[in-house]
Amino acid sequence: MALFSAFALGLILFGVLAGPLIWRVPINEIDFAAKLQGPSWAHPLGTDDLGQDLLSRLIYGGRISIAVGFAAMVVAIFFGVLVGAVAGMSSGRVDAALMWVTDLFLSLPQLPLLLLVIYLFREPVKGVLGVEGGAFVLIVAVIGGTRWMSAARLVRAQFLSLREKEFVEAARALGASRIRQVTQHILPNALGPVIVVATIDVAAAIIAESTLSFLGLGFPSDVPTWGSVLRDAKDYLDIAPHWALFPGSLIFITVLAINFIGDGLRDALDPRRVL
Amino acid sequence: MQVHRVSRQYVIRKLLIMIPSLLGISIVLFALLAMAPGDPFDELATNPAVPPEVRAALRAKFGLDDPIWMRYWHWLFALMQGDWGFSFVSRMDVSTLIMQRLPVTLVVIGASQILAIVIAIPVGVLAATRPYSLFDQIANTFAFIGFSLPTFFTGLVLILVFSIQLDWLPFVYRADITATGWAFYWEHIKQSIMPVTVLGLFQGAALVRFVRSSVLDVIRLDYVTTARSKGIGERKVITRHVVRTALIPVVTLVALQMPIVFSGAIVTEQIFRVPGIGSLLITSMLSNDTPVVMGVTFVSACLVVVFNLIADILYGWLDPRIAFR
Repeated sequence: MALFSAFALGLILFGVLAGPLIWRVPINEIDFAAKLQGPSWAHPLGTDDLGQDLLSRLIYGGRISIAVGFAAMVVAIFFGVLVGAVAGMSSGRVDAALMWVTDLFLSLPQLPLLLLVIYLFREPVKGVLGVEGGAFVLIVAVIGGTRWMSAARLVRAQFLSLREKEFVEAARALGASRIRQVTQHILPNALGPVIVVATIDVAAAIIAESTLSFLGLGFPSDVPTWGSVLRDAKDYLDIAPHWALFPGSLIFITVLAINFIGDGLRDALDPRRVL
Repeated sequence: MQVHRVSRQYVIRKLLIMIPSLLGISIVLFALLAMAPGDPFDELATNPAVPPEVRAALRAKFGLDDPIWMRYWHWLFALMQGDWGFSFVSRMDVSTLIMQRLPVTLVVIGASQILAIVIAIPVGVLAATRPYSLFDQIANTFAFIGFSLPTFFTGLVLILVFSIQLDWLPFVYRADITATGWAFYWEHIKQSIMPVTVLGLFQGAALVRFVRSSVLDVIRLDYVTTARSKGIGERKVITRHVVRTALIPVVTLVALQMPIVFSGAIVTEQIFRVPGIGSLLITSMLSNDTPVVMGVTFVSACLVVVFNLIADILYGWLDPRIAFR
């Protein structure tokens, strides 16, 4: 299942990356004569209400959606590993305070918080970085900033057990500095479960981005992502169902494939787990 | 499993733990609001009819020049007194507005959680009693599909099938149903079916896997073997001995998943136009109604904290080992 998923994901990635080289229809070519058409040879996935070609819009949107997914995962894992490592190495007050903050973030409702931050900071960031870049940076930062907690707890738990192991003790006895102990000895051994969490975070971040765009608070409509195409399509469900079904299925297949890969990685990286 | 009385001390301790998390949430929210650019008096600054002295006096009056901790203190105090501000768009108090919308959201969330539990427990238990069987694999695959399907997409597909193709169910939730008696309730149930299904299936899918692993953890314990060796039927061992213990962590998970359920509720309310606090949040964001946005975010955060408390107390009530630790 994981191999098949990896193949499916590879196909989607290839399509999204190489697509613009093969399918050269611009994303914003308006053609009212061909609006709301179903799939045809001229437009393999049909057109939207302005007659724009859906295939090229979805290829472009896929690039953004998947890029957001990976970038947000990197942000989340970076903060998670940082917080978890600091908490795991320093027992006592620092550890307790960091874990309190982690628990606090875990108990915050994620989507309302995401929406609130984007609502409050959308305009100024747009002013600094432009419409598309601003939305990208803000969304990645916010999704990453609200998803680091599970990685942090995991890394902390790993550190707590690993730092007492003999090989770390040996390194310590040889006079390795704290930083060297962490980067050379503990962290590489703690990475397995972190990779699994990272994989699943990519899927969650893609869903989060699509949700934001779908609700009208992510990328604006003139920047097609899978979520924003779906939002524009939802008012035409009765006359042009293909418009909503294609982006929705793409999100679904991508997320499902990533989740299956994560599950396969969990089996592969954690041989002690029987279930 | 005997139900015992939870010690009062335990409940009080949990209540006290709740206070710092509520304070923490209020600090996070206030910090966001304070860091966000934009000044409520911007408009006055550009208005030539308002002299600068008047503007300065107004700023002083509303405490905008106070140090940040004092502003936080005033804000928190007003919040606790129920003064949540005034909605610019709806022309009413934020607290009244939220109280009008909250019951609908709670009903939808509650119904979908019940649906999720009703699906997840039998499927999860059956899958765990026959691990790696065909049923287990099918259940596992469907669970994966269930939580990989984003709620907004399931919602649209359901509308497409049941409202547009089959024309069985209405796809817009109406609060002004004119029918009376049984017809009134029937209309309400009919329009709630799709939002509740979307949310319930999503939650149920995540729960199935959890129930399965929780049952698998318990089924190998010695007391289960003892029960079997006493000659109790397999069916009775599962329902009376295994499930009862295995469900304790599941109860906690249901309560701890509340943040995710809220996220799902916002999306479903928006799709089906359910007049709950989720759609209130989105509409007030799109119309720049900041007091309502802050109010709804704080209410949802509070609800999550309250559900965590309920989870803790239920856990202590169901599992005597916890309360006296």
